[in-house]
Amino acid sequence: MLALFCFLLILVACLMAPLYAKWAGTNPFTSTLDATIQVNGQDVPVMEQSTEGLGLGYNPIGPTWQPGNYFLGADNQGRDVMARLLYGGLNSFIIAGAATVLTLVLATILGLVSGFFGGVTDSVISRFLDILWAFPIYLLAISLSIVLIAHGIEFGPFKLESGSLELPIFIIGLVYVPYVARPVRGQVMSLRKSEFVMASIGLGASSGRILLREILPNISTTLIVFAPIMLALNILTESALSYLSIGVQPPDASWGTIIEDGQGLLYSRPWVSLAPGFAIVLTVLTLNVFGDGLRDALDPRSKIKLGGS
Amino acid sequence: MIYAILRRFGQMLFVLVGISVMVFAIFFATPGSDPAARIAGRNASPEVLEAVRKSFGFDQPFYMQYLLMMKRIFITGDLTSFVNRGWKVVPAVIDTLPVTLSLVVGAAILWVVFAIIIGVVAAATRGRWPDKLLMVLGLIGISMPVFWLGSVANLITQSRFKDTWMFSWVPPLGYVNFTESPKGWFLALVIPWITLAILYIGLYGRVLRANLIEAMQEDYVRTARAKGLSETRILLKHALRTSLISFVTLFGLDFGALVGGSALLTEVVFNLHGIGKLTYDALLSLDLPIIMTTVLYASFFVVIANALVDVAYIFLDPRVRES
Repeated sequence: MLALFCFLLILVACLMAPLYAKWAGTNPFTSTLDATIQVNGQDVPVMEQSTEGLGLGYNPIGPTWQPGNYFLGADNQGRDVMARLLYGGLNSFIIAGAATVLTLVLATILGLVSGFFGGVTDSVISRFLDILWAFPIYLLAISLSIVLIAHGIEFGPFKLESGSLELPIFIIGLVYVPYVARPVRGQVMSLRKSEFVMASIGLGASSGRILLREILPNISTTLIVFAPIMLALNILTESALSYLSIGVQPPDASWGTIIEDGQGLLYSRPWVSLAPGFAIVLTVLTLNVFGDGLRDALDPRSKIKLGGS
Repeated sequence: MIYAILRRFGQMLFVLVGISVMVFAIFFATPGSDPAARIAGRNASPEVLEAVRKSFGFDQPFYMQYLLMMKRIFITGDLTSFVNRGWKVVPAVIDTLPVTLSLVVGAAILWVVFAIIIGVVAAATRGRWPDKLLMVLGLIGISMPVFWLGSVANLITQSRFKDTWMFSWVPPLGYVNFTESPKGWFLALVIPWITLAILYIGLYGRVLRANLIEAMQEDYVRTARAKGLSETRILLKHALRTSLISFVTLFGLDFGALVGGSALLTEVVFNLHGIGKLTYDALLSLDLPIIMTTVLYASFFVVIANALVDVAYIFLDPRVRES
C-alpha cells in the first residue's frame, strides 16, 4: 500500500508538470541561452561562459536546490531540468500506460481465440507468438523503430506519424504481447475443459457469449496481476529506447531522453542524467513492490512468473 | 528420444525461417515507403537509389528478393554496408564476437555465483531481516535501467573518485584485446561486468529463493529431515539441487539473449565495440544491412541456444522424453 501511495505521488507530481512550469515561469521546450536568474540575491546567468580550454563553450547552471528556480539546474540548452523531468515523466507514463493497455488487449484477444478454438487457429497464432518470442526484445523494438521512425506507417484507417508518441506506444505494446498471451492461452485451454464451460455449451450458448461471460472473468485475475509488472517493464523499455534515440523524439521529453541529453554533461553537471534515473528507479521499484503484493493477494500459488530482461 | 530431439530441431528450423521472413518483411515490406530509399539512407542521390534497387533486386518478386538476401548473408557473405560501401557486414559481425562474449561470460559468472549466495541465504533466513534486506536490494537491482547504472558507474569511477585509491586502477572506457594484455582486458571489463550482472543477480536471487522455499515443502525434504540430516545439509544438498533446474533454464534463455545483442545498452555506455555497439552505430547512421544482419544473427543465436537447452533436458529428464 505504501508502494502504491508512492507511485501515485510520482504520477500526480508529473500530472502537475504544466502547473510547475507556469509557477516557475520557465518553458521546458525552448532553449534559453541568455537568461539570468536570481540565486541568493545575486544575478547568475543560466549558461555560464566556460573557463576551461579556449573558453568558447558554455556550462549550464548546476542545481540551485531552490524549488521553482532551476531546482536541478539547466541542461545544455539552458532548459529547466526539473520542469523537463516532470514533463518527461508525464510522457513516460503515457507511453508505458498506453503500451500496457495495448499489450493486455492484444494478448487477451490472441490468448482467448487461440486457447478456446484450438486446432488450426491455435497453431497459427502459437507459431506466430513463438517467432515473436524468440526475438530479443530490444532488437525487435530497434528494427521496428528504425523502419517506422523516418516515415511513420499508414495501415488502412490507422496512421502513425513519425516522431509522435503513438509510435513508441505501438512498438513497446507489440513486443511484449507473447509474454502475456502465452499464459493467457494456457489458462483459457484449461478453462475450456472446466465443468461450467461444458454446462454453458450444453445450454447452447454461443462461443462469443462463453468467451465474454464465462472465460474472460476467470482470466481477469491474471491480467490484473500482469498490469503493474508490464507497466514497470514498459517504463524501463521506453527509457532504453529513448536513450538509444529511437523512442520519444525531440523537442518532446521522456525520462530516457533526458538521461541521454545529460550524457554530454555527465562529468560536469551529473544531475541532468541522475535525476530522471532516480525517478525511473523509484517508479519501477514501487510498481514492482505493488505488483508483488497484488500477486500474493490474488494469485497465492504464483502461476505468473515475472519475465526477465 | 530421437523422435523428440528431431521434433525439437524441426520446430527450431521453423522458427528460424519464420524469423528471417519476419525480419525481412519488417525492413522491406512495411507499407508506405520505398525500401531502396531506406537502405540508401536519407538524402541519397538518384544514382545510389538505382544502384540499391539493382543490387537488392527490388524489381523481382518478394520471395526472390528474400532468397537473394538470405544468400548474401549466409552463403556468399558479401552483403556490404551502405554507409561505408565496400565494408562487408558478415566479417564485421564476426569481429565483434570476442568483445560481446568477454562481457557476457564474465557477467554471467558473477551473477550466477552471487545469485546462488543471495538465494540460499535469503531462503535460509526466510522472514527475518537478512532475507528482507536481500529481497529489497534484489528488487532495486531489477528496477534500475542498466544504461543509467552504467552512467553512474562511469561518473564515480571515471570522474568523481577517479583519483582516489579506490578507483585509480580503472582504465579509460573501451575494450582491450585479451591477446594484447590479459591484465588490461580484465581491468577494462570489471566495471561493465558488475553493471551488467546487478540486474540478473536481483532477478535470479529472487527466483532461486522462491524455488528453494517451494522445494523445502516437498516430501523428500521431509524424508531427509526424518533421517535427521541438518537443515544446512538439506538446503544445500537436497533443495538447492532441484531448485537449480529452473535456474538453468532461465540462464540458458538470458545468456543466449545477451550474447545475441541484449547487452547492447551496456556496450554503448561503456564504449565496448561488441555486437550491440555495432547495431547501435548502424542505428545512428541508419545502416540497414548491418542492423538486419545483427538482428538476424541475434535471434538465430537465441533460438539455437533455446533448442540446445531443450535437447539437454531430453537427455536429462525422462518425463520430457515421453511427452
